[in-house]
Amino acid sequence: MTGKEYRTITDVKGPLVFLNKTEPVAFGEIVELRLSDGTLKNGQVLDTSDDQVIVQVFEGTASIDKQTGIKFLGDVFKLPVSKDMIGRILDGAGRPRDGGPPIVADEMADIIGAAINPYSRQSPSSFIQTGISAIDACTSLVRGQKLPIFSASGLPHNDIALQIARQAKLVDSDDDFVVVFCAMGITAEEYNFFVHDLERTGALENACLFVNLADDPAVERLITPRLALTAAEYLAFEHDYHVLVIYTDMTNYCESLRQIGAAREEVPGRRGYPGYMYTDLAMLYERAGLVKGKKGSITQFPILTMPGDDITHPIPDLSGYITEGQIVISRELHQKGIYPPINVLPSLSRLMNAGIGDGKTREDHKSVSDQLYAAYAQGRELRGLVAIVGEDALNERDLQLLKFADIFENQFLRQSRDEDRDIGKGTLDYAWELLSNIDTKYLVRLDQKWIDKYHPNDKKN
Amino acid sequence: MSEEKGVIYRISGPVVTAIGISPRMYEVVRVGNEGLMGEVIELHGDQSVIQVYEETSGVRPGEPVIRTGQTLSVQLGPGLLTKIYDGIQRPLPELEKTMGVFITRGVDADGLDLEKNWNFNPVVKVGDNVASGDVIGTVQETTTIEHRVMIPPGISGVVKEIKSGDFNVTQTICVLDGGDEIKMMQKWPVRTPRPFTKKHAPEVPLQTGQRILDFLFPLAKGGTAGIPGPFGSGKTVTQQQLAKWSDADIVVYIGCGERGNEMTEVLDEFPHLIDPKTGEALMNRTTMIANTSNMPVAAREASVYTGITIAEYFRDMGYDVALMADSTSRWAEAMREISSRLEEMPGEEGYPAYLSSRLAEFYERAGRVETLSGGDGSVSVIGAVSPPGGDISEPVSQGTLRIVKVFWGLDAGLARQRHFPAINWLNSYSLYPPSLDQWYRDNIKSDFPEIRTQISSLLQVEAELQEIVQLVGSDALPVDQQLTLEVARMIREFFLQQNAFHDVDTYSDLKLQYTMAKAILSFQEESKKALAGGSALEDVVNVPARTDLMRGRFESGYEDRIEEMLDDMSKQIADTMETD
Ligand SMILES: Nc1ncnc2c1ncn2[C@@H]1O[C@H](COP(=O)(O)OP(=O)(O)OP(=O)(O)O)[C@@H](O)[C@H]1O
Ligand SMILES: [Mg+2]
Repeated sequence: MTGKEYRTITDVKGPLVFLNKTEPVAFGEIVELRLSDGTLKNGQVLDTSDDQVIVQVFEGTASIDKQTGIKFLGDVFKLPVSKDMIGRILDGAGRPRDGGPPIVADEMADIIGAAINPYSRQSPSSFIQTGISAIDACTSLVRGQKLPIFSASGLPHNDIALQIARQAKLVDSDDDFVVVFCAMGITAEEYNFFVHDLERTGALENACLFVNLADDPAVERLITPRLALTAAEYLAFEHDYHVLVIYTDMTNYCESLRQIGAAREEVPGRRGYPGYMYTDLAMLYERAGLVKGKKGSITQFPILTMPGDDITHPIPDLSGYITEGQIVISRELHQKGIYPPINVLPSLSRLMNAGIGDGKTREDHKSVSDQLYAAYAQGRELRGLVAIVGEDALNERDLQLLKFADIFENQFLRQSRDEDRDIGKGTLDYAWELLSNIDTKYLVRLDQKWIDKYHPNDKKN
Repeated sequence: MSEEKGVIYRISGPVVTAIGISPRMYEVVRVGNEGLMGEVIELHGDQSVIQVYEETSGVRPGEPVIRTGQTLSVQLGPGLLTKIYDGIQRPLPELEKTMGVFITRGVDADGLDLEKNWNFNPVVKVGDNVASGDVIGTVQETTTIEHRVMIPPGISGVVKEIKSGDFNVTQTICVLDGGDEIKMMQKWPVRTPRPFTKKHAPEVPLQTGQRILDFLFPLAKGGTAGIPGPFGSGKTVTQQQLAKWSDADIVVYIGCGERGNEMTEVLDEFPHLIDPKTGEALMNRTTMIANTSNMPVAAREASVYTGITIAEYFRDMGYDVALMADSTSRWAEAMREISSRLEEMPGEEGYPAYLSSRLAEFYERAGRVETLSGGDGSVSVIGAVSPPGGDISEPVSQGTLRIVKVFWGLDAGLARQRHFPAINWLNSYSLYPPSLDQWYRDNIKSDFPEIRTQISSLLQVEAELQEIVQLVGSDALPVDQQLTLEVARMIREFFLQQNAFHDVDTYSDLKLQYTMAKAILSFQEESKKALAGGSALEDVVNVPARTDLMRGRFESGYEDRIEEMLDDMSKQIADTMETD
C-alpha cells in the first residue's frame, strides 16, 4: 500500500502538520513522513478534506520542513497481534524494544477498538484476591473491573500496582493472569523498577510491555494505551486469557491530549484540557470487562498521579466518572510510614457487592467491611476533636474508636510488600481480631449472627 | 430531487461535510461507501454539515453521501417495551446478531420487530369518527401493559374498515374514508415534541418508595427533577431506584454516555425484580436506551431525544411515564464536541451558546397533559447531572437548575460517610408540595404536610445547633437541645438513610413513611415528658425498644409491627421516670 509521496506541507504547528493538494485521504489514516536526512516519522490523519489534511506526528515535529515527504499508507493504525506477544517488551508504537524479532502477526487489529455492545456484556462478579487487606476487605476488586489508583507524586503507587500484579488471584479457580503493562511518559528509573520486579518474580514471562518513557515522543503516548488494550483484547477474547492491564501514568497521557488540543486551537474545556477528554478516556477505560460467550476478561488498573494532590483536578475527576471506583493513596499515611498507604475512606469499589459474600469470599464480608469503615471513619473524626478538646472529654465509646483508628492503620493497613494475605484468615479473621478491641455493643454494623460465629470472644464480652 | 447524491468534502471525527446535495435540516443521510448513518445539522452555502452516528475512521473525501428524505425518527408501536436500544433506536440484541459482541458499523436495524404478529383488538367500528390521538384498538404488549394503538397526529376521518386479529406492525388494521391506512406502527421525528391538547398542573406525586424523596422533596407526576452530584455520590443508584420502584406505568431509562456495565446490570436485574403494584417483572414496563461513553458521541446526542419521544408516545396513550437520563452532562458534552467541530462561537466553558435552550426544550417535554383524545397522561423527567469536580456552578448544572422544579443535591461528604442516599437535606428542594398537599391529605393522612414540616424544621434546627456543638461540645447544651440533636440523628439514621441494596429497606410506601416519621415525633414527645419527669437523657435515648424500632425497618413485615414497637418504646421511656 505505498502511495505517492507528497511534499505539500503548508504549516507545522506543535505536533501537527498541515498539507494540501492530496488525493483523498482517509480519516484516521496512517502516515509516514520522510525527513530530508532520511529519518522516518509516523503520524495519523486528524482531519481530511479535498483542500487540506491535518496530520498528528507521533514523534513530534522537530526537524520537519516543507521538503519533508509524506506518504499515506492507505489504512488506519493496526497492530500485529499474536500470542507471542506474551513475554515481550515493545515500544510505545508497538515495535520490539527488547532486541527480539518483530511480532509475526496472527492478525492485524484496529487499535481504536470497537465498543462492546452493552447487551453482550456480562456483569463482573468474581472476586480477585490481591492479598492486600485494605483492598480485599474494603474495596474488593472483581474480574473485569476498571479500578484506578489515584495517587500523587512521591507515593508508592508503583509498589502497590506491582504487588497486585504479583499476588492477584481468583479464589475459585487456578486461572492465572497475564499482565499487559503500559508505560506512558514514566521515567527510566520507574520503568527499570517495574521491569526488575517483573523479572525477579518471573512475571515478565507472563507479561507484555508497551513502553513509552519520559524522553520518548509525547504524542506517541496517545496510541500506546490503545496498543496495549488491543493486545489485551486479543489475548482475552481470542485466547481466553484473564488479562490485568496496568497503565501508568494516565496523567502523562492527558497532558499529551491537551497538547494536541492546543495545537489545533480547540476551545479548551476545564483547565485547558480538551472538552472531549471524558469520551477519550472512556474509549480506554470501557475496554475493560467480560463478554458473554468468551472465557477471557480484561481488568484494568490505571495509575494516575493527581496534580497538586487534588482529586477534583480534571484527570482524576473525569477518570472517577468513568471507572468503577478508585483506590486513593494518602500522603498522610505514607508520611506516617504506613505501607500500603491506602485511605479506604474516599476509596470505593462499585462492583464489590457483586463479588463478595457467601460462596464468593465469606458470608460476613459485607458486615465486617461496613464495620471497619464506620469505626475507622469515626475514629479519624475523633482525632480532630481530640486536638481541640483533649481526650478527657471523650466517653468510653469514643475512646475505643479513637484507639481503633490507630490499630486499623498500624496493623490492618500496614503489611509488607511481599505479604500476601488470604481473604479468610489473613484479612477477615484479622479484622475480627482487631475489632474485638471495641466493645461489642458499639459494633452496630455487625449482624448478631456473625458476632456469634466469628467474634474471637475476648475478655471484654 | 436531482441532487439526491453528493460527495464527502471533509471529515473531522464525527462531523462530515458534504457537497452536491441540498438536504433539509435534520434530514438523515447515508455517508460513505459503508452507508453510515448521519444527520444534517447545519447548512452552510453549498455545504451540508452532517453528524455521523458511527465511527468515521477510514472514510475518505469523495465517497458518496445519499439523502433519505427522512428526518431522524423513531418507530413507535407494540414491541418497544422490554427492549434495549442504542441512541438511534437500533435494538442492541439485533446488532449483536449481525456484528457480534463488538459494535462495528454500517448496519441498519429496525426499532420494532416488523415480522412479529400482535393480536389487535379494535375498539372502534365502521362509521365511527376518529381523530388524531384516538385509540382505535389495543394490543396486550406485555403481561402488564396494554398498548393502545392510536390515530397518528394530523390524521382524522370516518372509519371505513377496521380489522381484528393477528397482524404485524406494518399491516393495515384500519382504513379511513379519506383513504388513510392506519398501521400499528407510526414514525415520529425525535426532535419534535408530540402534540397534546393542554398541559395540566401536576397534582399527584410520583411515588418512589425512597423516603427522603417522597417525604421531603417529592416529584410530581409530569414534573422535572435534577440530580447533580460528583462521581460516586449515587446518581445512578438513585436513578435505578426510581426506575425500579416509582409508581409510573412506563419507565424509559436512558444510559447516556455512561458505563456499559451499568446497563448490563439493569438488563440482568430487571427481569427478576417484581413490581410491587402489579406483581409482574419490572422489565415488562421498561424501555432502555444505552449509548455508553465509548459509543459514538453523535448518537449520544440523539439518545435523549429518542428516549423522550418514546416516553411521549406512551403518555399519549394515557399512561404515566417516568424517564431517567443518566447523565445529561454527557449529552451536553456531546453537544459541545459537535459544536466545536462546527467551529461555532463557544459560550461558557466551551459549551455552545444554545446549551441552556436545549436543556429547557428537553425538560419542557415533560408534563402532565390532556392528550389529543382527551385522556390524562404524563411524562416525568429525572436528569442526572455530573458537574466537573462536583461544583455545580458550571453551565450544565446551572442550566438545569433554572428549569427543573426539584433539586436532589448529592453530597460528596455524605457519600463519604456512607450516608445513602447522599442527598443533602439542607440544600435540596422541591417546588411541588403546595400542589401535592391536598393529595397527601386525601390519600395518606390529613396531617401529612404538617408532619413533613416538623421533620424538616427539626433538621434545620439541628444544623444550627451543630454549629454551636462544633465550638463547645454537645455537653454544654441544655438537655432539651441535646434531645433535639438525638431526634435529628434519628431522622437521619432511621428515616433518611435507606439502603438501596437491602431487600426490605430498598422500598417504603408512603403510609409506612408517614408512620416512621410519626414514630420519630412521638419519641420526641415521650422523651420530653420523661425528661420533665426527671429522667436522664442517657436512659431515655438508650431504651432497648428504640433500637428495636430502628433496626426493625430491615425486617419484612415491619409495617405490621411498628405500632406495637412504638407502644413498647413509650412504655420503656415512661419507665425511666420511675427508676429515678
Ligand atoms: N441508596 C444507596 N444505598 C446504598 N449504597 C448506595 C446508595 N447510593 C449510592 N450508593 C453507593 O455509592 C456508590 C456510587 O453510586 P453511583 O454509582 O450511583 O454514583 P454516581 O453518582 O452515579 O457516580 P458516577 O457519576 O461516577 O456515575 C454505589 O456503588 C454504592 O456503593
Ligand atoms: Mg453514575
